[in-house]
Amino acid sequence: MHRFANPSRFLRIAKPLTPALFWPGLLLVLGACFWGLTQAPPERLQGDTVKIIFVHVPAAWLGMAGWTGIAIASIVQLVWRHPLAGISARAIAVPGALFAAICLITGSIWGKPAWGTWWVWDGRLTSMLVLFFLYLGYIALANASSEKGNVSRVAAVFGIIGAVNIPIINRSVVWWESQHQKASITLGGSAISDAYLWPLFAAAIGFSLLFGAIVLMRMRAALAEIRIEARMRRIAEN
Amino acid sequence: MTHASFVIAAFAVTGIGTVWLIASSWIAMRKSEALADDLRKRP
Repeated sequence: MHRFANPSRFLRIAKPLTPALFWPGLLLVLGACFWGLTQAPPERLQGDTVKIIFVHVPAAWLGMAGWTGIAIASIVQLVWRHPLAGISARAIAVPGALFAAICLITGSIWGKPAWGTWWVWDGRLTSMLVLFFLYLGYIALANASSEKGNVSRVAAVFGIIGAVNIPIINRSVVWWESQHQKASITLGGSAISDAYLWPLFAAAIGFSLLFGAIVLMRMRAALAEIRIEARMRRIAEN
Repeated sequence: MTHASFVIAAFAVTGIGTVWLIASSWIAMRKSEALADDLRKRP
């Protein structure tokens, strides 16, 4: 893992990896959305609004996966003091927050025709809203850090503690009575028809690749800012 | 409102959010890397 502690070595990999993730991700997202919108049939009860799952589910997955990434990077930062761990956690925060927000908004848009209301304070929706606020708190803490591009130990601890919410989101529909449907895709199989499952699968992979490319872009920007600051300091000293 | 209006709204929110995120991340990366390279070349 410490092989990549050298930013130059990391950049040698990140530079070709960014377009390698971005372009297939973009094509998959566009293809999956077109496929889902034009080929998936209206569902018996939900009608055409079922097609919202092609953006809602990947956004929910990335909102949760993003915080899991922040928690892992925070542990790596605190335990092994890996120099890129804080930078990667910080690079995940804004994309993670945006996808958590997209999940909440698209879920709300789906809820109005399906449930007759934009919002209910049940376990799944509330725990997802808590995740969004956790992201905002993490971004504020990371921005308050004096280290350029990196995050403080307080933010790293916050990133680990906040991960408690991830299993709560996952199990919320089991633990509490919920308007939200139970998990349709589990390790044991899927309850979703193939007509929806495959475009959903393609969209989830596509959005995940895009997410990876965006995180790499933000890490590269942070590393460049660190180089700029170091250079400016040297110029000022001379 | 028809079902199509809700579907269009959900896809529009996702599209606008994703495009904004990609554009802002790409511009920040290009700007910072260009400035860092420029400073490195200066004597």
